[in-house]
Amino acid sequence: MTTTPRRRRRLAMLAAAAGLSMLASACSSTGSTPSAPSSSAPTKLTGTVTFWHFFTDREAKGIAAAVDKFVAANPGVKVEVKSGQDDDKTIQAIAAGQPIDVVLSYSTDQIGKFCSTGAWQDLTPYITRDAVDLNEIPTVVRDYTQFDGKRCSMPALSDTYGLYYNKKLLAAAGYSSPPKTMTELTDMAKKLTVLDGKGAITTAGFVPTFGFYENAPAHFAPSFGATWFKADGTSNIGSDPGWASMMTWQKNLVDFYGYDKITRFTAGLGQEFSADNAFEKGKVAMMIDGEYRNAFIKAEAPALEYGTAPFPTDAAKTDLYGSGYVTGNVIGMGRGAQNPEAAWALIKFLSTDTDTVVGLANAIKNVPTTTPALTSPNLVKDANYQTFLDVFANANSSTTPTTSSGKAYQDTLGTFTEQWQAGKIPDLSAGLTTVDTQINDQLSLGKAP
Amino acid sequence: MTLVAETRGAGVAHSALRGRRRRNRLTVLAFLTPWLLGVTIFFVYPLLDTLYLSFTRYDLLSPPKWVGLNNYVFMFTKDPQVVKAAFNTLWLVVVLVPARMLFGLAVATLVTRLKSGLGIFRTVFYLPALVPPVAGVLAFVFLFNPATGPVNQFLGALGLPQPLWFNDPTLSKPSLVLLGLWGVGDLMIIFLASLLDVPREQYEAAALDGVNPWQRFRYVTIPTISPVLMFAAITGVIAALQYFTEAVVAASVASGQATTGGGNSSLLGYPEGSTLTYAQWLYNMGFKNYYLGYASALAVVMFLISLAVTLVLLRRARSLVYGVEGTR
Repeated sequence: MTTTPRRRRRLAMLAAAAGLSMLASACSSTGSTPSAPSSSAPTKLTGTVTFWHFFTDREAKGIAAAVDKFVAANPGVKVEVKSGQDDDKTIQAIAAGQPIDVVLSYSTDQIGKFCSTGAWQDLTPYITRDAVDLNEIPTVVRDYTQFDGKRCSMPALSDTYGLYYNKKLLAAAGYSSPPKTMTELTDMAKKLTVLDGKGAITTAGFVPTFGFYENAPAHFAPSFGATWFKADGTSNIGSDPGWASMMTWQKNLVDFYGYDKITRFTAGLGQEFSADNAFEKGKVAMMIDGEYRNAFIKAEAPALEYGTAPFPTDAAKTDLYGSGYVTGNVIGMGRGAQNPEAAWALIKFLSTDTDTVVGLANAIKNVPTTTPALTSPNLVKDANYQTFLDVFANANSSTTPTTSSGKAYQDTLGTFTEQWQAGKIPDLSAGLTTVDTQINDQLSLGKAP
Repeated sequence: MTLVAETRGAGVAHSALRGRRRRNRLTVLAFLTPWLLGVTIFFVYPLLDTLYLSFTRYDLLSPPKWVGLNNYVFMFTKDPQVVKAAFNTLWLVVVLVPARMLFGLAVATLVTRLKSGLGIFRTVFYLPALVPPVAGVLAFVFLFNPATGPVNQFLGALGLPQPLWFNDPTLSKPSLVLLGLWGVGDLMIIFLASLLDVPREQYEAAALDGVNPWQRFRYVTIPTISPVLMFAAITGVIAALQYFTEAVVAASVASGQATTGGGNSSLLGYPEGSTLTYAQWLYNMGFKNYYLGYASALAVVMFLISLAVTLVLLRRARSLVYGVEGTR
């Protein structure tokens, strides 16, 4: 076979393409050996620690105060804090090989990815060496801070969800206590709803639409005992009757309002994290939200007469009352950390030192994540905040499972719920089974054959 | 001997010629080097890397693993969202691009006919194109808010129905088209320039032939401005295939954005996926779910479609654009 100049040029181009492609794969690869701890904890720490976290404004000040305390206790260490760094930024920085010693993330959903890829280092050797008692951390929190037996993070405060109710509006409707079951919630929501002369909603008892503020299937799931995955790791949404119960309850209440009418009402409400929040403005009588709302109400609507309670449960599962959805912040050591010993010391300080954890909880108004901090007399609490401490401590409280694919499975269900509440799904059971298939397909996406 | 000398001389001359040609080529190459480097680093390399990654499982944090055609099989058989996203994008290509072109042309024609205030109207129509996309969408969604927006309040005052606009899956895309029409200034200005460039004598000749206004527009104006129309069509189609910012911001604001951890909206393409575009799904899979391998496969398909559409448009240009070699 002869080789013409044209053919030679083509071959050269192909070779160049292959070379570039190989270069591409080499450049895309990321990885480095995790830092190994010394046999005993150093008596004196020195050097610089880079610390990226996502907090801003008021909450960032709380973190800064805790870091100052750490530096005061370790004068040889300098901590370079970068606030306002979300997961996207930290993941891309770590992937690009930028060494970050300590990372604080808001998303427990990404822990599977952080642990499984080694983007966050396994902390087990440090925990074992320093004999950190993980039993001081509640089970649900231990679950969402590790993946597949690999502990690459420690907890740094948690968010716990419950019911907020407007005492004034409830009293005006003749109620003296919040609902405990979904049936009661529905009845009260109907009675608390006020329409204007044209039939438009002016005050909603409870907005049931998914997508409104914190209305997400994940946040309602503990109230129905609904579980996401089977033991074999495949989706359980179509098989667990809790999901069907949740969807049925939710759709009935949506239908009471009328989908168009409730959509029009919510479209006119203020943004969730603003002083125009509908609950703070008295336009919604009851809603689900995290403990952090207490701090927002104090700052934005101090005159609001409100109460908090565990979120109501399915009428058939009243034993679950008192539980709720729990998630939180996680802190870990980035791949390629330059000063691992000082980084670990800072992680340990922020996640297990009782005074520090209590101080952070008081400043940010999240729930502390260790038992000694939860029971500390220094923890500032009132009745509304105590509700969330109780929900957090409840054995039935649960979180969303960590997967190596992040929260894609929640998005898939979220897409379904939009269709469902709009009345576009004629057969709920078949619809949920389809969700199972979609989640299973997505989990297996890209897996090596 | 003479023959040898002549041959040698010819050889030397030939060699000198070859050397000169080589030097010329090197000179040309030297001048081309900056461009070649730019194209290689910013186009060829990313393109080849994307192609390679499309056959891998890659999450940005660990090395890519070869999975063959898995990503493409998933795309064409197991991903319902990509079908929805492709449909929405195609809808925008088919509706938004022609609508913007027609509206832009109509506005430009109108402006050319103004006897006075040309500068003012030209500025007024062009100004929205200068507004940053995010700010423009935010303002537009608030204007069209079903409960509190002035548009619905005006319609209500007239006793007309008050649609849900961006909150209604059947109206969300048409609402985005309205947004596109509002910001048509970029097209209007190039159409205006080309309309003003149509030779007056052609209109005068047409008038002598007794043509009516439509015939004048169809047989004089359109052929003259056809290269600009083709340019607008090609860039419009490419922009529609990459439609992202407006759809994301509109969906986010209209939904009120509930979070499911991580601060991400649980309602992608709100309402009911009606504003989910192909580029948005690609971004979501790549940089939210970190399926970078799959996102690369989506990008490869999008590149091929864009290339095919552009080639078809360019081929059609031979028959549509007046003045292009081999055309009418």
